Amino acid sequence: MLELATISLINGVVYGLLLFMLTSGLTLIFSMMGVLNFAHASVFMLGAYLSFQLGRYVGFWPAIVIAPLACGLVGAAIERYGLRRVHSSGHVAEILFTFGLAYVIEELVTMIWGRNAVANDVPATIDFALFTVFGTTFPAYKGLMMAISVAMFVFLFLVLTRTRIGLIIRAALTHPRMVDALGHDVPGVFALVFAMGSALAGLAGVIGGFMLLTQPTLAHAVGPIVFVIVVLGGLGSLYGALVASMLIGILQTFAVAVDYSLADALRAMGVAIVRGSPLYEVASIKLATAAPVIPYLLLVLMLIVRPRGLFGTRDA
Amino acid sequence: MSEGGLAAATAATPARAGPSPARGWRAWLVAAVALAVLPHVPGLDSDFGRSLLSQMGIAAVFALSYNMLFGQTGLLSFGHAVYFGLGGYAAIHAMRAINHGLAVPIALCPLAGAAGGLLFGLALGALTTRRAGTIFALISLGVGELVYAATFMLPGVFGGEEGITASRTKAPALLGLDFGSQLQVYYLIAFWALVAALAMYLFARTPAGRMCNAVRDNPERAEFVGYDPRRVRFIAFAAAGLFAGLAGGLHAINYEIVAADAVSAQRSGAVLLMTYMGGAGHFVGPVVGAAVLTWLQTSLSGYTSAWLLYVGVIFIIIVLYAPSGLVGLVLMHGEIAHTRGFRRVLASYAVALVPAVVMTAGAVVLIEMGYRLSTQRELGTLMKFGRVVVDAATATPWVAGALMLAGGYAASRWTWRRVAAAWEQASDEGKAMRAGATR
Amino acid sequence: MRAYRTVGLALACALGAGTAAADVRIAFIDPLSGGAASTGILAQKTHQFYIDAINAAGGLNGEKLELVSFDNKVNAQESLIQLKKALDDGARFVVQGNGSAVALALTDAVQKYNERNPGKEVVYLNYAAVDPALTNEKCSFWHFRFDADADMKMAAMTNVIAQDKKIQKVYLINQDYSFGKAVAAAANKMLAEKRPDIKIVGDELHPLQKVQDFSPYVAKIKASGADTVITGNWSNDMVLLIKAGKDAGLKVNWETYYGGSPGTVTAVREAGVGTLKQVSEWHKNALPELDATVASFDKRFPGVENEYAYWRAKTMWELFAAAAKKAQSNDPVKVARALEGMKMQTSLGEVEMRADNHQILQPLYVSTLERGQKYDAEGTGLGWKTDAKVDGKATSLPTSCKMERPK
Repeated sequence: MLELATISLINGVVYGLLLFMLTSGLTLIFSMMGVLNFAHASVFMLGAYLSFQLGRYVGFWPAIVIAPLACGLVGAAIERYGLRRVHSSGHVAEILFTFGLAYVIEELVTMIWGRNAVANDVPATIDFALFTVFGTTFPAYKGLMMAISVAMFVFLFLVLTRTRIGLIIRAALTHPRMVDALGHDVPGVFALVFAMGSALAGLAGVIGGFMLLTQPTLAHAVGPIVFVIVVLGGLGSLYGALVASMLIGILQTFAVAVDYSLADALRAMGVAIVRGSPLYEVASIKLATAAPVIPYLLLVLMLIVRPRGLFGTRDA
Repeated sequence: MSEGGLAAATAATPARAGPSPARGWRAWLVAAVALAVLPHVPGLDSDFGRSLLSQMGIAAVFALSYNMLFGQTGLLSFGHAVYFGLGGYAAIHAMRAINHGLAVPIALCPLAGAAGGLLFGLALGALTTRRAGTIFALISLGVGELVYAATFMLPGVFGGEEGITASRTKAPALLGLDFGSQLQVYYLIAFWALVAALAMYLFARTPAGRMCNAVRDNPERAEFVGYDPRRVRFIAFAAAGLFAGLAGGLHAINYEIVAADAVSAQRSGAVLLMTYMGGAGHFVGPVVGAAVLTWLQTSLSGYTSAWLLYVGVIFIIIVLYAPSGLVGLVLMHGEIAHTRGFRRVLASYAVALVPAVVMTAGAVVLIEMGYRLSTQRELGTLMKFGRVVVDAATATPWVAGALMLAGGYAASRWTWRRVAAAWEQASDEGKAMRAGATR
Repeated sequence: MRAYRTVGLALACALGAGTAAADVRIAFIDPLSGGAASTGILAQKTHQFYIDAINAAGGLNGEKLELVSFDNKVNAQESLIQLKKALDDGARFVVQGNGSAVALALTDAVQKYNERNPGKEVVYLNYAAVDPALTNEKCSFWHFRFDADADMKMAAMTNVIAQDKKIQKVYLINQDYSFGKAVAAAANKMLAEKRPDIKIVGDELHPLQKVQDFSPYVAKIKASGADTVITGNWSNDMVLLIKAGKDAGLKVNWETYYGGSPGTVTAVREAGVGTLKQVSEWHKNALPELDATVASFDKRFPGVENEYAYWRAKTMWELFAAAAKKAQSNDPVKVARALEGMKMQTSLGEVEMRADNHQILQPLYVSTLERGQKYDAEGTGLGWKTDAKVDGKATSLPTSCKMERPK
């Protein structure tokens, strides 16, 4: 029991940090510009593919620097040539633009690399066991992922709170027109923020690429959960995104380990549900089977009860 | 979220009085006749053609129901397939009951779908319509994913991966129709589609429908007039759910299977694409969008594996340059149709067409070659474009395609300026004509 | 997917005009994108390869075969939509294999279509969907299965497990749908019969093609103390499960149906030596020399992701060609009647298409991943070694099929 709990906790933390890596960039973009960037997971996937391709030419470590930069450039281009044009038409047009962009990026990736998963294997330099707990080995690449995730948090935290540009970003979050009136280049700041968010997504993709399978449906697989976390954590809050990621990561991992259902719990309390009754099917769902639903349940509950999220500083 | 932005995109929704009632009824009559005649038109009189028409009918009802939320009430939903799918499940269970002896004709099953859609529209709408804007969009996304994941957890109701199947022929015959053939199924779908479209059209003209428009344009003002925006949104949501469920019922009859795919995010995304591409500001827009997208999905996908890329690019172009959709684009010309400048506009189109075609051809060549090399290697590298055979493994076609793309783009920029100038002139003339006419 | 016809024909087809063809159109409905794309795409190439061979030898009864592919994303509903498209396109034969949920929906749909369209019947050739129901309670005259069903494979697997006294605790993990549940049920039943002393310490069902990270499941397996894992997982689910197991240093015997799934051996490598086992109708070292068609396939489609895996496709097309020859016609009904009860000698042994339930009887191999084998898998230097071979006839199981035959 202790073994399962400890391993599950470690797995949960790893999963949570992976989610945070994915969403840190989107937190920035969504909070800052109010744009529901559907293409965020697509840029993540692009980062995975780019690091795979670059890795074959120059090796993993240079790729981990070049791929995010490339994704940042892609993000800047998206903002400059796409989002800026629809900015005046309102948020709906912006959302729809990124929505269509997600389809296009997925197809472009298919066009270049095919529909099969590419052999994006764990690089040999980090393919060893870091330590062993209760007989279960902990691979080094997961450790690298955790380190990068924490580094991302620290980086963003420092930028937002300790630098001048961070100050401007935070001000533009709540009072964009005032910031503009003060003479700051708000569109330029937007472009910078979008580029930064995309670069972070690309970096997440480099690691996520060999942790998950690098195939064109990768964006679709991780896309929805990214929004859940941004909203749960609260708009405008980096800290909220971290907390929400960890919460979801740990909850889902522990849920898989639990083979009990509502019916079991009721039985322990002395209440028995008859096999034939319509409630039986719902009540006998094991928590392990219900695990995929948990994040969305939390999202819907949060939006109804407290739309600004756990630590949000503003309402969407 | 900027409501004004949405209003701008849907600006053509008539705030002015619509056409006179007599003209209105004629249009519906023409539509009914057209629907009756279509499956016998040569080219569409095969099983494939009738299948295509049936699919378009289902998609049209679904898209119209979506526009009740999007175009009419300003609610951007990413989870509308939930009501389509749940209505579909309701209908397929009704069909199963009929297969097991319930003495109801299959033709009434879409009503079961509508009832299912309404039920869940009311239940989930109560929770989700409290907010508008981005929050509503996010909730709809969350609910959509929630329902999708939940369908796998209740295999008794939703059939798990296998879905629920039923037979549309094992039922009491209605007027000698057993709905075994695609032609009969098409007529059933066409009938219900016409009824649903008429109902939605009339709804838009009721005070409730008008208030939906008001809430979309200026919720604060609507509140001052005395209507609670939340209640209005709720009504629109429930109505949209009803008609989406009806579409789901038609889907159940057409395919005789409903599975989790019916509530998926992909389906929600598809209906959004259809509605927006057709034009959310006009009643007919979603119908056009549904027809075009269904055709692309069914026919184009047989010729190129890049069809989704083309759809995505077209969608983005519409978002960036033609937010009023295809119908909006066409109707835009109504303003200049009677001016002298109109001919100049048409001429400028003809001139602009040439580099546009070259640019598109270049892009298509590059894209198709890319897909062939990466996804269909087993077919070899020789490809045929029209009458030209190229070898995708050599550099020549790539260079040629790139040149066509770049050259066409450069020329297009110049010709497009001429188009814009011609338009400006024509629309000035048009304004002057209208101003002169009212003096 | 057959991508290119000329623009003129494209326009005509776009308007729905039926395309008259002298070819026999065969629809391939399987995943060509998404989580199971690797297996679907490989199968598509394999079928195309054998059809090309038939055409090169002059076709069947004077007609050429044409394979037209449709992507179903392992989705039952999408498959029916694609089936409609295929039938409208003039296909008379349907080939599918990835996903029993799809197979069940297809069998049902084909049955309905054939009832409603006498004279335009379609035959469904199932090369990989192994839910036993398809040749038992859900059997149909129009369905032919060219792979041993889940029960037959479990029988072979449990025979080998029964011999190994070191196996004491077994963990079952499968995909949550008809096939996965069938595997779990068969494992429970047959282990209880053959080795009642074995304890089943876990019976897990996980969502199909949706799990990205199997570490929580691996943690459960570890905690249960199992020494053996039985799984019917295929495609991504197999690769990711074994990858998570390797990452966590899980030391168990992997008794699998699809350990030969593209990517699995690459994912596990050395960690799988002596522990990764599969039950299949063939493996590269089943015969002392590599079959000529296998060598030719690997030459035409180089690359690790294209490594030959579908021997049953070879058997299927050979039987199909023989049936068409015997019937002297390519009409699906006549071919189906000729196919029933057909026997054939292959390089691995005798195969028979049972007439009573349209289930194929072919030799089965239980094999383990080992070093130093003549032919290696996926370029890893490790290859499969036969532990046991079961003759075709010996794989036969009783059936509950009550087939309705056309007059």
